[in-house]
Amino acid sequence: MMNCKEATALMSQQMDHPLILTERMSLKLHLMMCSGCHNFNQHMHDLREITRTYAKGKAQPKVGENQHSSN
Amino acid sequence: MTQHDTTEHSLTAPAFLTELRLQMIKFANLQLQDQSLAEDAVQEALLAALKNAQAFNRRSALKTWVFAILKNKIADLLRKNVRYVSTDKLKGGQDMSDEELFDNLFNDKGRWHVQERPGKWKQPYTDMENSHFWRVFDVCLNCMPEKYGRLFMMREFLELTSSEICSNERISVNSLNVTLYRARLRLRECLENRWFQKEATA
Repeated sequence: MMNCKEATALMSQQMDHPLILTERMSLKLHLMMCSGCHNFNQHMHDLREITRTYAKGKAQPKVGENQHSSN
Repeated sequence: MTQHDTTEHSLTAPAFLTELRLQMIKFANLQLQDQSLAEDAVQEALLAALKNAQAFNRRSALKTWVFAILKNKIADLLRKNVRYVSTDKLKGGQDMSDEELFDNLFNDKGRWHVQERPGKWKQPYTDMENSHFWRVFDVCLNCMPEKYGRLFMMREFLELTSSEICSNERISVNSLNVTLYRARLRLRECLENRWFQKEATA
């Protein structure tokens, strides 16, 4: 049974390349039972979104222009 | 080598260079915390790289190369000018070893400590309109050990692929995975403690 430390490492790797089937399956199982890791997984995607917004010119609050890109 | 001319042309296309320069300046500024020093370093790195532009047959290869040059310039500047190293680096987390970090987050069974279990972040998109949020984000990026920040930015900021980073840095995929994992763990933790948790309790 996968623990949270192992699950978080896989969630990070998932942002860089696809996981193999067995990794995907056991991660999925873990995420169904662990709310902390479930949130962590969402945070990995949020971090990417935040960093890309930062890279594109960040900081200036532009009201009404905050559409997020779809990649 | 008949493709030589077209290749050179595309590598020096103004739109490509403008965007590249912008990314480099952000990268340099982040490390140096000084706009004019950053611009100088970028200028030198770009000139050095373009002198050899013919040697590159792909834009991604040039990009990797130009950032390698820039990285060295930044490292030199930081070595010479200790005062330019952001004081934020001295506070908050950089001195925490990875072992301490893991002990802080996970118990001996590898499960989250109850008080460290990640909570829900409210929609980060609204926070992105808040300039204070970006100051916190800056601090968190700068809190990371230099190598973590650099590789994380290569991946997330420059959007280089894992294999591009590995060949450029001469590191294994496994070592990159470990570094990116620790970088994300630290960055997430820092944002949670300094922004999202404060928001929730405010």
